[in-house]
Amino acid sequence: MARPGNKIIQAKLVLLGDMGTGKTSLVLRFVKGQFFENQEPTIGAAFFTQILSLQEATVKFDIWDTAGQERYHSLAPMYYRGAAAAVVVFDIASKDTFIRAKKWVEELQRQGNSNLVMALVANKSDLEPSREVDTEEGEEFAQENGMFYIETSAKTAENINDLFYEIAQRLAKACPSKPSTMNLNNEVQHRRKLFCCFG
Amino acid sequence: MDEEYDVIVLGTGLKECILSGLLSVDGLKVLHMDRNDYYGGESTSLNLIQLWRRFRGNDKPPAHLGSSRDYNVDMIPKFMMANGTLVRVLIHTDVTKYLYFKAVDGSYVFNKGKVHKVPATDMEALKSPLMGIFEKRRARKFFIYVQDYDEKDPKTHEGLDLTRVTTRELIAKYGLDDNTVDFIGHALALHRDDRYLNEPALDTVKRMKLYAESLARFQGGSPYIYPLYGLGELPQAFARLSAVYGGTYMLNKPECKVEFNEEGKVIGVTSEGETARCKKVVCDPSYLPNKVRKVGRVARAIAIMSHPIPNTNDSHSVQVILPQKQLGRKSDMYLFCCSYSHNVAPKGKFIAFVSTEAETDHPETELKPGIDLLGPVDEIFFDVYDRYEPVNEPSLDNCFISTSYDATTHFESTVMDVLNMYTLITGKVLDLSVDLSAASAAEE
Ligand SMILES: Cc1cc2nc3c(=O)[nH]c(=O)nc-3n(C[C@H](O)[C@H](O)[C@H](O)COP(=O)(O)OP(=O)(O)OC[C@H]3O[C@@H](n4cnc5c(N)ncnc54)[C@H](O)[C@@H]3O)c2cc1C
Ligand SMILES: Nc1nc2c(ncn2[C@@H]2O[C@H](COP(=O)(O)OP(=O)(O)OP(=O)(O)O)[C@@H](O)[C@H]2O)c(=O)[nH]1
Ligand SMILES: [Mg+2]
Repeated sequence: MARPGNKIIQAKLVLLGDMGTGKTSLVLRFVKGQFFENQEPTIGAAFFTQILSLQEATVKFDIWDTAGQERYHSLAPMYYRGAAAAVVVFDIASKDTFIRAKKWVEELQRQGNSNLVMALVANKSDLEPSREVDTEEGEEFAQENGMFYIETSAKTAENINDLFYEIAQRLAKACPSKPSTMNLNNEVQHRRKLFCCFG
Repeated sequence: MDEEYDVIVLGTGLKECILSGLLSVDGLKVLHMDRNDYYGGESTSLNLIQLWRRFRGNDKPPAHLGSSRDYNVDMIPKFMMANGTLVRVLIHTDVTKYLYFKAVDGSYVFNKGKVHKVPATDMEALKSPLMGIFEKRRARKFFIYVQDYDEKDPKTHEGLDLTRVTTRELIAKYGLDDNTVDFIGHALALHRDDRYLNEPALDTVKRMKLYAESLARFQGGSPYIYPLYGLGELPQAFARLSAVYGGTYMLNKPECKVEFNEEGKVIGVTSEGETARCKKVVCDPSYLPNKVRKVGRVARAIAIMSHPIPNTNDSHSVQVILPQKQLGRKSDMYLFCCSYSHNVAPKGKFIAFVSTEAETDHPETELKPGIDLLGPVDEIFFDVYDRYEPVNEPSLDNCFISTSYDATTHFESTVMDVLNMYTLITGKVLDLSVDLSAASAAEE
């Protein structure tokens, strides 16, 4: 998928937001094009990879879903560590989830990564009749906190690709420099022998 | 909380988190709690403010040390053997995807009053002043024997049964001098004291092979690797594994009192007036102080510096082993240094640790030979902590207690404890014979 000759950005993306706001559904829609009416609370799979090709760069996303550790306020700091992008999700049909989203944004700001690309996602836009959070309210909060705001529906796929394209675009501009690290699963490249070397 | 679990794990130290992860993957219903509001228990990594709170009471860290958040100071500093059991566990559980590793620059040994590099290449070995030219030839013969030795192939044994022949007897065959033996036993086989000389040689031969295979695996100047942001990342990564497989996490749970029935079998754990029921409890020694005994003490110093350890060729991450005999002690001393290159300190800063099994009550005096090798320090902290091991009978009370972390600078003993506990808890043996090349083929 990667276009030859253009730069490749490996980016960790973390999802945050209240239970049941549609974090897992957003990712499954983006990565697999699927949606389940009865998506189970996240167990078993909480890590996805997806590649997006833009004109100027190829972005390889490592997407981290929360795995439920946040339920009892026990999310580990490593979850945010080294993240290039954070997606804070709330449900437009629930004021409570918007209030919780604000708390997550505060928490992210405490981590103090100034280069972090942050998105505030108002999900379940297909539930317009039961809307409890106005667009203006969401937009205003996003703007005050240096985030971009987008309304999505994992159910209808509305704006899902736009969300990830916008993040990729912003990442390509910022181009976070990643420390070079090793892949533990890689087999020996240069077999050196210690034991023949004396003498 | 008012639910029944297969296993309740108390404490989020590395050992407890690996077990929690393995048990959740096995499909057991796991509740994992910690009395602290952070992950890692004794094996956590602290930022500057936490470090000061722990060792300096109400004082505040001085501004010139930089931002508190840039520090991740391990409380149990250790390196990972690139081909060791911990790496196998990481690959087996696929936890590698949550962590970033870099090679450790150098492995050094203190010999006749000086710090020497443990050779990592032919060229280094040729030039190394660790052995004279004739000694190198003798050592080479021994190394070739070790390299070719295959437990399953008697042809490679040269008529020796290494389950009976002692290390001393094996080495005597090659006529190596005491200095070389010290180097082999402590810097390559990573023994902590000299008991190995009178024990069957097989263990030492296997340890030497592990060292060589780890050195061969990546292109670093040492057989070690270390995670970015410090070892505190490891328990968190295994905790995430556990959570992904349905484990429930609760930090900041005071008390965590283990409850027993009349027969003395565990029935649950109480915190804040609520009791979660369970069949088994897994914990570190601090949660069941009546079921452990003190087996030793570790003395250590933690230093913040603005330079690498002198005479280590500017290594930004390094281990120096000071074999006991070189210091006239009973157990080895270890120097461990990490820096901003592994994201454990701000740019230009280094964190060094000196540790050993305590033989006195005066860590400052005892650790002096190691501290003398550090050069000037910005700050230094001294500490002695107790090591415990369980004395209970798990088949009677269903409590599975880990052993405290030792002073060694690598993880082999840690993971052995975990694997033994896993077998006690589940009756199964964890098959870690992962084919490392198959793992990489499956990756992409
Ligand atoms: C932040 C902190 C760091 C400590 N570090 C050490 C230490 O390095 N060496 C030492 O001998 N004692 C250490 N202790 C233990 C301390 O000296 C007391 O022995 C212990 O707290 C007494 O138990 P408690 O019931 O009061 O607290 P507990 O509730 O039993 O323990 C409080 C905290 O101390 C930690 N802790 C308990 N024992 C040890 C230990 N042996 N090593 C490291 N952490 C431990 C626990 O994980 C927990 O985080 C530490 C305690 C605290 C609070
Ligand atoms: N109508 C509608 N329902 C949605 C949408 N997105 C998710 N859902 C539903 O909302 C429920 C929760 O979705 P999840 O994706 O599991 O939410 P989550 O944030 O991952 O939840 P946890 O993993 O429990 O934190 C499921 O029943 C989904 O089918 C959406 O855009 N519209
Ligand atoms: Mg989910």
